[in-house]
Amino acid sequence: METISAEIFTLTYGSMVRQLIADYEDVEEVNKQLDKMGFSIGQRLIDEFLAKSKTQRCSDFREAAEKVAKVGFRMFLNTTAAVTNWNAEGTECSLILEDNPLTDFVELPEALSQLKYSNLLCGVIRGALEMVNMDVECTFVRDVLQGDDVYEMRLKLLSSSPETYPFKDDD
Amino acid sequence: MPPGGKGRECSESCLDFLTLQLVQHYRSQLQGPSQQAALDAVGERVGRQLAERYSRDRPPLTEALEVMKWLCKEFWGEVFRKGVDNLRTNHRGTFVLRDTQFRWLARLSQNQMPAQMGQPLPAPIPKNELAADYLILPCAIVRGALSQLGLECNVTADATSLPQVDFTVVLASAAAGGGGGAGGGAAGAVARR
Repeated sequence: METISAEIFTLTYGSMVRQLIADYEDVEEVNKQLDKMGFSIGQRLIDEFLAKSKTQRCSDFREAAEKVAKVGFRMFLNTTAAVTNWNAEGTECSLILEDNPLTDFVELPEALSQLKYSNLLCGVIRGALEMVNMDVECTFVRDVLQGDDVYEMRLKLLSSSPETYPFKDDD
Repeated sequence: MPPGGKGRECSESCLDFLTLQLVQHYRSQLQGPSQQAALDAVGERVGRQLAERYSRDRPPLTEALEVMKWLCKEFWGEVFRKGVDNLRTNHRGTFVLRDTQFRWLARLSQNQMPAQMGQPLPAPIPKNELAADYLILPCAIVRGALSQLGLECNVTADATSLPQVDFTVVLASAAAGGGGGAGGGAAGAVARR
């Protein structure tokens, strides 16, 4: 992977969030837009992930979550997430980020305490997994910018439909 | 990997995906600011912040030409991955910066539609038209950076010969003084790399 100084990416992201706040004047709506934009990014990003990570097909959700955390975050953001807090059925887990490049140089004023600043990441994960036939829900439940000690995203598998032979062409 | 930003790296595609999405988001918005206005604002902030960071440890640049040379070499190198190939000026406040391989548009594809069986390939979209939306952000970044260094200006880009892009910077002082004009033709080369 070609790499760049993350500063440019981080500042561009910050400037975008600021613009969204000015556009919508409603923090909830900004959270929603960030998720939506992330979703579109994820749908595209999965191609690059599959092409460059050289990983094998994941056998289950557990493995997919590990791949997102260990390979995906490393590949794109040069950081990793830990996967913990699995529920008994293996359909829900937490991704814990101790180090989040998006929030370098960022502090939230009190008026924006409900802003999920990094919500784009949730959308990206959702979009990327959707392209490999896993419908997931992804939300931030802990956020350093809101005073927590780590970033925690709760990842929940809603449904998955393994591709069966003969494969259908995409319409 | 040092936490806290300094020296941290991420994949180049992160920025590609983000800027692409920014353009698409504001293209599809029916309410709120226009695409031009929104991307201008986003880019100018980024340009200002980057210029501040990159020029923190160097003595102040006083001459407009010095600033432009710094922009072409240092700033361009950091943000667009390689220096400007050619800088020309008419010495009256107009500068033309030529990047023969503008990195941010390197992956733009002219053929939007795949070829259909038995159908002629649809006519490719003219390069300039195709690139227009994606040049708003880089132009705004350049304008922001120059303004941070004390040069108020207007920046336009011409992508008719992609992947080569010509950026034209017209300083506000020149435009106001009436001495500027679009005098690209009379421009003399001042720096070649």
